[in-house]
Amino acid sequence: MESAITAQRLERSFGDVLAVRGVDLAVAAGEIYGFLGPNGAGKSTVVKMLTTLLRPTAGSASVLGMDVVGDAGRIRLQIGVALQDASLDQRQTGREILYLQGRLYGLHKHEIAERIDQLSSLIDMEAIDRRIGEYSGGMERRLDLAASLIHNPRVLFLDEPTTGLDPQSRMFVWEQVRAINRELGTTIFLTTQYLEEADELAGRVGIISGGAIVAEGTPEDLKRSVGADLILITVEGDSEAAVTAIREVPGVASVDVHGDEVTVAVNDGAASVSPVAVALDAGGVRVTELTLRTPTLDDVFLDVTGERIETDR
Amino acid sequence: MTSTNPTSVARTSSVTARPSGFLGDLMSIAGRALRAIPREPEAILPALFIPTFFFVVYLGSLQDITERNVPGLDFKAFQLPVAIIFAVTGVSRASSLVTDIQTGYFDRLLLTPTRRLPLLLGLMVADFVLVCSLCVPVLMIGFGVGVRFETGLLGVLVFILMGGLWGLAFTGFPYAIALKTGNPAAVNSSFLLFFPFAFLTSSMVPLDAMTGWLRWVARLNPITYLLEGMRSLIVDGWDAEALGKAFGAIGAVAVLAVGMALLALRGRLKQG
Repeated sequence: MESAITAQRLERSFGDVLAVRGVDLAVAAGEIYGFLGPNGAGKSTVVKMLTTLLRPTAGSASVLGMDVVGDAGRIRLQIGVALQDASLDQRQTGREILYLQGRLYGLHKHEIAERIDQLSSLIDMEAIDRRIGEYSGGMERRLDLAASLIHNPRVLFLDEPTTGLDPQSRMFVWEQVRAINRELGTTIFLTTQYLEEADELAGRVGIISGGAIVAEGTPEDLKRSVGADLILITVEGDSEAAVTAIREVPGVASVDVHGDEVTVAVNDGAASVSPVAVALDAGGVRVTELTLRTPTLDDVFLDVTGERIETDR
Repeated sequence: MTSTNPTSVARTSSVTARPSGFLGDLMSIAGRALRAIPREPEAILPALFIPTFFFVVYLGSLQDITERNVPGLDFKAFQLPVAIIFAVTGVSRASSLVTDIQTGYFDRLLLTPTRRLPLLLGLMVADFVLVCSLCVPVLMIGFGVGVRFETGLLGVLVFILMGGLWGLAFTGFPYAIALKTGNPAAVNSSFLLFFPFAFLTSSMVPLDAMTGWLRWVARLNPITYLLEGMRSLIVDGWDAEALGKAFGAIGAVAVLAVGMALLALRGRLKQG
């Protein structure tokens, strides 16, 4: 399938700090690609390079076959971008924002009016003639998304589109993103620190940590890589004693320790939970909590980075 | 939260993006800046209050003594260009530009296919309109106290043009600082540049009446030639030499200040 976004050994440094290190990407046309990572992982820096806002210090990248450095002007005509903070001029009204945005993309007034009508479900039309300073965070975010769509972009970059939104607004944005992708075939590159967002929306997920991609695949494949089921055990005292007790239990694929939490990957959770509990008891391990569940992307992140994602809510 | 069908945003459309051209970009950016001006009266009122205050105070305190010591001097006509310079110098959208940089709206503009130069020049177009507009009420006060132009209506228009072009040229300094630093305090401190320009010149007494180092410095100050050109329109009639020097002084400051702003813009874009 044709690639909409590619990157080869993409790097960006700020002074002595290497913020993005050797990122390779291949996002197919029509795909929703989720870029998952905690704050400071390098997600926004990658987006800024792919959207021509920031020059790479090494490597290369292209969008729709155009180089992000050499063809920046042509790329800008084809992409829509909603950056992490809804960056709207507080002194303008919603309509003025959309008209200015449209004019800068060369749209005529009647075309902008047509697009505002088409995007009306995203915009709070009752507030469109009010200044942005009077908008709520959710209204601003949705207008920001509408502004990024005003010119019908072929590729849409959404940098943490739901950070700070209430659950209802988040669900609304998710529905819109799905609809844009499904019905218009728009390629969507989505960064997020929310595991469930990547899980819900993305066809493929790249996990970024410390400026590098540490895992990539469909959410299902990534979760499967951790194990079919997980038994999470919180212990009092020596976690290593728990590891020793569990390691030889039949059906246990791997055991990892993070603080007082022991994560046991098993092939069949229902069949393994009793033998694991018995083994812990026999080993004299004091258990305060034991949970059986299927893996999440958080477990994948923990598996590949050794840390859990801390998010802004 | 809207309760409309969430899928309706994804409607096919034949609308496609295209470059809007330099002039189109310029007008769009200028239009936005002009719309913002009446929404921020607090940014304009000092530019009207300060020249009015100084004009009235200078007339009240210095008119008699100056006219007694400089025979033939019409102090009101002498001071009106000073009031105009006070009104238009340093008035710019540079603070708004800093706000745009800090909030990320400048990045949003950079993400569009707009050319980079109109992002700065569009603001300057708005500044030019604003400073020309600011000249009008100050002129009205001048007319109110009896100032008349030897050059008639055309002279008034050239007078406003000179004030507008000077204001425009000077905006290069705050824009350069805004683009270089992205810091509102630094932009506000650019007002300090106004003082040597506005006071180390023939703003209080004619150049010929000045002595010592101040006269020497005033001869180097472009505002001296600007004031003399503007005064010539009021007092002397059409004086090509005085007007040539005035426009030359504006041009010199414009080259320096706008050049610095363009370099700062290039530097900011290069940071990306």
